[in-house]
Amino acid sequence: MKFARNLIATAVLVTAGVSAFAQAGETVKIGWIDPLSGLMGPVGSNQIKSFQFFAEKFNATNPAKVKFEMVPFDNKLSPAESLNALKAAMDQGVRYIVQGNGSSVAGALIEAVNKHNERNPGKEILFLNYAAVDPDFTNSKCSYWHFRFDADTSMKMEALTTFMAEQKDVKKVYLLNQNYSHGHQVAKFAKENLGRKRPDIQIVGEDLHPLAQVRDFAPYIAKIKASGADTVITGNWGSDLALLVKAANEGGYNGKFYTYYTSVTGTPTALGKGGEGRVYQIGYAHYNMGGQNDKWAAEFNAKFKDDFYTNAVVHVFNALGQSMAKAKSTDPVKVAAVLEGLKFNSFNGEVEMRKTDHQLQQPLYLAVWQKADKKYPYSPENTGMTLAPVKTFEAYVASTPTSCQMKRPG
Amino acid sequence: MEFFFISMLNGLSYGLLLFMLSSGLTLIFSMMGVLNFAHASFYMIGAYIGYTLNSVLGFWVALLVAPFLVGILGATFERLCLRRVHKFGHVPELLVTFGLSYIVLEVVQLVWGRTAVEFAPPPALQGPAFTLVQNSLNGLSLVWGAAAPELCSAADAAVRVVCSPFPATRGFMMLVALMMMVGLWLLLKRTRVGLVIQAALTHPEAVEALGHNVPRVFMMVFGVGTGLAGLAGVIGGSTFVTEPAMAATVGSVIFVVVVVGGMGSLAGAFLASVLIGVVQTFAVAFDSSLVSLMQGWGWQLSSALQNNSVLKLTLSQVAPILPYLFLVLILIFRPKGLLGTRET
Repeated sequence: MKFARNLIATAVLVTAGVSAFAQAGETVKIGWIDPLSGLMGPVGSNQIKSFQFFAEKFNATNPAKVKFEMVPFDNKLSPAESLNALKAAMDQGVRYIVQGNGSSVAGALIEAVNKHNERNPGKEILFLNYAAVDPDFTNSKCSYWHFRFDADTSMKMEALTTFMAEQKDVKKVYLLNQNYSHGHQVAKFAKENLGRKRPDIQIVGEDLHPLAQVRDFAPYIAKIKASGADTVITGNWGSDLALLVKAANEGGYNGKFYTYYTSVTGTPTALGKGGEGRVYQIGYAHYNMGGQNDKWAAEFNAKFKDDFYTNAVVHVFNALGQSMAKAKSTDPVKVAAVLEGLKFNSFNGEVEMRKTDHQLQQPLYLAVWQKADKKYPYSPENTGMTLAPVKTFEAYVASTPTSCQMKRPG
Repeated sequence: MEFFFISMLNGLSYGLLLFMLSSGLTLIFSMMGVLNFAHASFYMIGAYIGYTLNSVLGFWVALLVAPFLVGILGATFERLCLRRVHKFGHVPELLVTFGLSYIVLEVVQLVWGRTAVEFAPPPALQGPAFTLVQNSLNGLSLVWGAAAPELCSAADAAVRVVCSPFPATRGFMMLVALMMMVGLWLLLKRTRVGLVIQAALTHPEAVEALGHNVPRVFMMVFGVGTGLAGLAGVIGGSTFVTEPAMAATVGSVIFVVVVVGGMGSLAGAFLASVLIGVVQTFAVAFDSSLVSLMQGWGWQLSSALQNNSVLKLTLSQVAPILPYLFLVLILIFRPKGLLGTRET
């Protein structure tokens, strides 16, 4: 009798608990689909470490009291491999996927997720994009199931060109980009924005090279030098930026570089002390954000001997934890409904997942490569150098309009 | 002008690296009739062994020992695998080397990981070998090593000065390739061993009847050929990137070199590799497309035609296709290759 009473009491307690925090204690599997091999492998392995590191951190603190578990897939930077990985992830019960390297991959994933969600109601998948910045994903190709935590190229280039317009020494610009959607967009927006803000600036050359294929950038550097460019704008990342910078050093090119991804694996080492004051990065973060972020970065560095630079990972876990707590569920459909329009505090202040297009509205920072000092101490890859912010663009300044006609389910 | 020189040197150095690889390939082919699909894999093994030895014994020891080790590996492969398959004809030989290339790729990934390793050239080779100084007043001049900063900047704003350093690693690459070429030529043309090799090439039975061990000659040639690939690997790996995809990136190009130059012709391989190196480097520099070409002829093009994505393709965008275009054209119009002697 006593046993039965206990049983009932426990059952009541459990149901009460469930109705209050239905999702508490659940495990949320997050499929990570990015390269772990090839020239971009080092970038991917840094990012999966970032995700695993913060999954552990946020498992202790997230308001939904869920347990995040990363399920990594090596996509070799190929859209076709990524779709296989997506299928494998679904088979393992993954309902949330994250990806960032290559808008070519992200585009394929968005389409696949759209189709899957349409055909399999009740098994929806959310795509949390942490670094693919092709503006189309939140404009003409915008999808209800896609959320972007990076700032897209329209935002970054707007901020970058605003800064460049004030630099009187910029006269001749060369655009060197990777030959796929991201590189095309960088070149397109750079030309449009510079034409609007500084029509006197000459575009003296424009080149597109294959993504993650070029081992030797010396011919490109020779070409840039011959064009007389004093400034290079490039959206290159990973090996494509590191090898470009290496070739520029060897080839004696002294112009300035305006980049998106100076902080990404490999480039700090290639830059070394040589690039001081000549290399700029536009991004939603930099090495010395201050506060909790610096502690995390130091801990990450101590643990992995690697640098934490994909700060959007923090956004992703913040947003997931909060929207799951609000939705009182880990069901992607319910979470998506809360996540769009969600305002939350993250490492760069209060940010908002804009409801109209699912583009995170956040501040942008223009940073310059210089010696690490007391104010900006963090030195990546033991270079003794750092990225120091020179200009901040608040979220409302960095924001750009969208043409998204969002189709919402139901 | 300095753009032309630097691009030419870049092209030549890349071409000479291709020659280091293709000389071994063409030698093996002319001797044994074996198209060694795994040749570029030996290049990769050379780079990785060089990388490992570099961290233990230093670069210069690695440069000498790694090719030797790769050569032994190659000779062992010939002795244990290729020779057994030889009697079944050329297709099984081809398939064995094809399989080997996959095995090597996976083994390299298992041992050294799937991402690039840090294989830096020694301090002596870091920095420029010489610097070309283009001064709009004084013309072009050459300074050994790095040029002093005051040479590269003009006090007068009207004078334009451009300094173009040429990396020492590339200079070293060219030097080694040229030395190797001369050494190979002397070996084949001026020594008894070379005589035997040449004889075994055309009349193996006669050479055997004279008491020479022809299979051993084959093994040595295979060993030397792969060893040369290993040497190229140490130099190429430290100059460019040492990664598991490095075999695949040069693998297809060296076949182009061997076919374009003429199967089995060393001189042809030299000509073809330099040609391909220079063409690939210069193609990057040219932005001319069919549209600009037609406009140059004074044709009036409609805006639809001007924005046609095929016509708009520039030479720099199609640069990666050029070697393979060569390959196809040579096979159609001159199947024996530029300097080849036999029809294949």
